[in-house]
Amino acid sequence: MNILEFSGLVALGSLLAGFLGALTGLGGGVVVVPMLTLLFHVDIKYAIGASLVSVIATSSGAAAAYVREGYSNIRIGMFLETATTVGAVVGAAIALHVPASAIAIVFGLVLLYSAYLSSRHREQHGPQLKSSPLAEKLRLGGSYPTPDGPQAYGVTGVPAGYGLMFTAGVLSGLLGIGSGAVKVLAMDQAMKIPFKVSTTTSNFMIGVTAAASAGLYLSRGYIGPGIAMPVMLGVLAGSLLGTKVLVKAKVKALRYLFAAVIVALGFEMIFNGVTGRI
Amino acid sequence: MSNDSVTAEKPGAWNDLRIEIIIGTLLRTGVILAAAVVLFGGVLYLARHGREMPHYATFSGEPEGLKSPRDIVHGVMGMSARAIIQLGLLLLIATPVARVAFSAVAFAIERDYMYVVITLVVLAVLAFSLFAA
Repeated sequence: MNILEFSGLVALGSLLAGFLGALTGLGGGVVVVPMLTLLFHVDIKYAIGASLVSVIATSSGAAAAYVREGYSNIRIGMFLETATTVGAVVGAAIALHVPASAIAIVFGLVLLYSAYLSSRHREQHGPQLKSSPLAEKLRLGGSYPTPDGPQAYGVTGVPAGYGLMFTAGVLSGLLGIGSGAVKVLAMDQAMKIPFKVSTTTSNFMIGVTAAASAGLYLSRGYIGPGIAMPVMLGVLAGSLLGTKVLVKAKVKALRYLFAAVIVALGFEMIFNGVTGRI
Repeated sequence: MSNDSVTAEKPGAWNDLRIEIIIGTLLRTGVILAAAVVLFGGVLYLARHGREMPHYATFSGEPEGLKSPRDIVHGVMGMSARAIIQLGLLLLIATPVARVAFSAVAFAIERDYMYVVITLVVLAVLAFSLFAA
């Protein structure tokens, strides 16, 4: 397999990953690294570097569309980015010092957990109307558009959400993923922020979080142009395609299929890590 | 970002939604530009090296010249295909950084100084990652 064939196949796989990630809302980043390491036998450090770059591309592309709708909250996003960016730098620094097999095992566990999160029935909650004193001080509350005019909401659970966001940042920097699932968990569940506001603000934050560790990866030589090029272009094209053909009716079955793929990849990553093949 | 004086004359126009729309345009432009540069470099790279064998199974670190912004620009001057791809990736990484920098200015125009400080903290972490590390 020469570079031309290799690039073509990686671009095709990345296209599929980005497409399914956008369609199911699970993000393409989580399958890019397992695909590269398990299928194409790329060193996991190159895979993480390439994945990070694709995460920035899809997040920024999607955020550009979302911010216009008026759901995302830039104050919540910016405040929590102080946690995710520091976490991302810490995660990237850890990745530089631990063996590839350990990263593979953690990756596998995170895959299993995100599959669990996506299959779990989400607890619905109405908008929290009153902010906690700390959230009040930080002016985190806001409003989002509804057919009946803007709906105001408050924010609570700031310390718990902040801690979870730091964890999301560490995972992003360590594994080269967006960790959108953990970010949404922090905002939706811990801080009681409305779901639509949580998902769009999370998307908004993913690019900044990934950029914080991408700088470190770049300066250490983890971002190789030959591998990052087909991954970034493939995932970006796939996710744009995915958001275009988003048909609600068929998404549920696809979500389960994608979750099953993630579980299988998770076990394989753990197996390869434990046996020292990665 | 240099014409603050013009916009400062009518601070009422600087509501959150308007800032978000500008941010959206900024992000989209950055991604399109980065993707175009990566695609151009990629075509050049495949035309020149497409028949060679890839070597990604073992990590050896990228060769010097592709790791720092200054070296990448130097490589682009020499029409190195890999340096052009790397420039595109650098533009992509710079896109969310530019978004944060713009937010700092926007918060300053809104006279929301607490968020100016919060935004500058985020910007400092990003700068540390890109340059100091």
